[in-house]
Amino acid sequence: MVMENYLLDVDQLSVFFRTRTEPVRAVSGASFSVAPGETVALVGESGCGKSVTALALTRLVAEPGYVAGGSIRFAGRDVLAMNPERLRQMRGAEIAYIFQEPATSLNPVFRVGWQIAEALNLHRAGIAAREEVVSLLNRVGLPDPERRLSAYPHELSGGMQQRVMIAIALACRPRLLVADEPTTALDVTIQAQILDLLVRLQGELGMAMLLITHNLGLVAGVARRVNVMYAGRIVERGAVEKILGQSAHPYTRGLMAAVPRLSGGKTRMVGIPGAVPNPARLPSGCPFHPRCPKAQPLCRQQDPIETIITEDHQVRCHFWK
Amino acid sequence: MSLLEINNLHVRFSAGHGHEVRAVNGVSLAVERGESVGLVGESGCGKSTLGNAILRLVRVQAGAIWFEDKNVLTLTHRDLFHYRRRSQMIFQDPYGSLNPRLSVGAAIEECLAVHRLGDRAERKRRVRDLLQTVGLDPDYAARYPHEFSGGQRQRVGIARALALNPVFVVADEPVSALDVSVQAQILNLMKDLQQARGLAYLFVAHDLAVVRYMCDRILVMYAGAIVEAAEVDALFACPAHPYTQALLSAVPDVEKELRARAAGARREIVEGEVPTVTSAVAGCSFHPRCPYARDLCRTQLPDEREVGPGHTSRCHFRSNHANIEVSHAPEEIINT
Repeated sequence: MVMENYLLDVDQLSVFFRTRTEPVRAVSGASFSVAPGETVALVGESGCGKSVTALALTRLVAEPGYVAGGSIRFAGRDVLAMNPERLRQMRGAEIAYIFQEPATSLNPVFRVGWQIAEALNLHRAGIAAREEVVSLLNRVGLPDPERRLSAYPHELSGGMQQRVMIAIALACRPRLLVADEPTTALDVTIQAQILDLLVRLQGELGMAMLLITHNLGLVAGVARRVNVMYAGRIVERGAVEKILGQSAHPYTRGLMAAVPRLSGGKTRMVGIPGAVPNPARLPSGCPFHPRCPKAQPLCRQQDPIETIITEDHQVRCHFWK
Repeated sequence: MSLLEINNLHVRFSAGHGHEVRAVNGVSLAVERGESVGLVGESGCGKSTLGNAILRLVRVQAGAIWFEDKNVLTLTHRDLFHYRRRSQMIFQDPYGSLNPRLSVGAAIEECLAVHRLGDRAERKRRVRDLLQTVGLDPDYAARYPHEFSGGQRQRVGIARALALNPVFVVADEPVSALDVSVQAQILNLMKDLQQARGLAYLFVAHDLAVVRYMCDRILVMYAGAIVEAAEVDALFACPAHPYTQALLSAVPDVEKELRARAAGARREIVEGEVPTVTSAVAGCSFHPRCPYARDLCRTQLPDEREVGPGHTSRCHFRSNHANIEVSHAPEEIINT
């Protein structure tokens, strides 16, 4: 692979959750990277480990979860070796998050103006000025920002709440924004507005974005590179055109075939048989084999390692050809 | 006469302080036997309320609902009981709509028992048949909802809806809580059941691509009213109402996005918020967000107009003032 100067470089990351018996492997050996200013997607269905991966980037996985192995490098520094103070400085200021449900991310008892100022005050000396908060709200396209400063979260619609969340996330001009299903809870027309806003701000601030989603349409719209996760593993990764256009992994292909298309007719869709496996009871070998149309005896026995198809396309499958 | 016919239906809820929410505001529609009609719109547009009103799960303020030549709104207690056998519902959240303390067999059997169908042995047999019909192992009847995956639970929800052999089913966002890889299975199951049993569906959804796959006809709802109605292919090929156009443009569709990306095109975005229907907007309810709004739109509510065969739109200035990108892929004729 070409050496690029990555902003974020995750290598063989494993995140486990302690249980009374064996640990549950939420993420096993995930490797991916994000270059400065780049948009990278992490795609997968519920329980595939994509959100846990996102939290692990700033060591936010809570007990009983823990990082069991691998390395995370951000701007050349080892995140897993950082002391608590350094970590605190990085969170929010250099890597910021927005989540799916803005209503549960905002504090219901504080006015939104206060919550935005808090983000500013935490990371630098001095007290944020009212004008600064207003200009942030302006930037995220909140109508009538002067008046909204004193609004409580419940007084805003879902789309406006997400704009406030974005204002908080961007307050310190982070170099990486981790957006975990940022538009999933919103209506389609509002979704489009928020996505457009994120892409615009990203350009203005030169910020990188890790977009975590289950929606392949979103990925096709904004990502440059894509990582497809299944059962805690990145099963395929590469340039968006490769992953969505010439997918090599049977799971990615299955997903593509299972998404109804606007331009699609009534031709019968082919779903993926079975259901997403429970991480506590993963199948042996390749975790996708019970649902895979190409599965062979080898797939039951051996978890495939990553194969490099081209420089910008890798897959974890014994029989991708 | 259609299987279901609704005329000028109004459902209003009190919002306190003398305000009211006009959830359904003068809706008329018809559903034929065996037909699948899609009802699409964003949250708060009234689509679920409309579905609930048809099944008499909420109170209706004005209008008429005719089902098999009977006025649903004036049914006697006994006739209403019968109506509930003919029309059923599949809910969005299979987690919330099944009683966690009943085995799924008992949950399905309950419907049969309430309607006094068969003796116990017969009902048990029928439950096993139903589970098989929806693709589950009949022995699962003894299991509880928490032992199932989301997709399996929705299969149970479908089995429950079909237990009384309805002719009409309101499906309220039946796949939106499911993972993508499982969605297709459930949609295919619903299609197969429709064909085998001649069911009519009112398919309530926000996902236009899903509706395109499932339905013969689509109704687009905005702020309590149906703003456009058309055959599926006509609606996707030439959406007439600016709201429908905006909706189609906003959907992140894989192929559309990749094409736009290759061409360097930007998506068209409607500004503004999805309205809450507490305060009635003067004129066309979409005018505050409509990129083509003129003075007339601010003062006068547009009538429904025919813009093509079986294709109506509520807009003063019918379509074609837009160059919003819409997919025009030729319809595939293969239908296996």
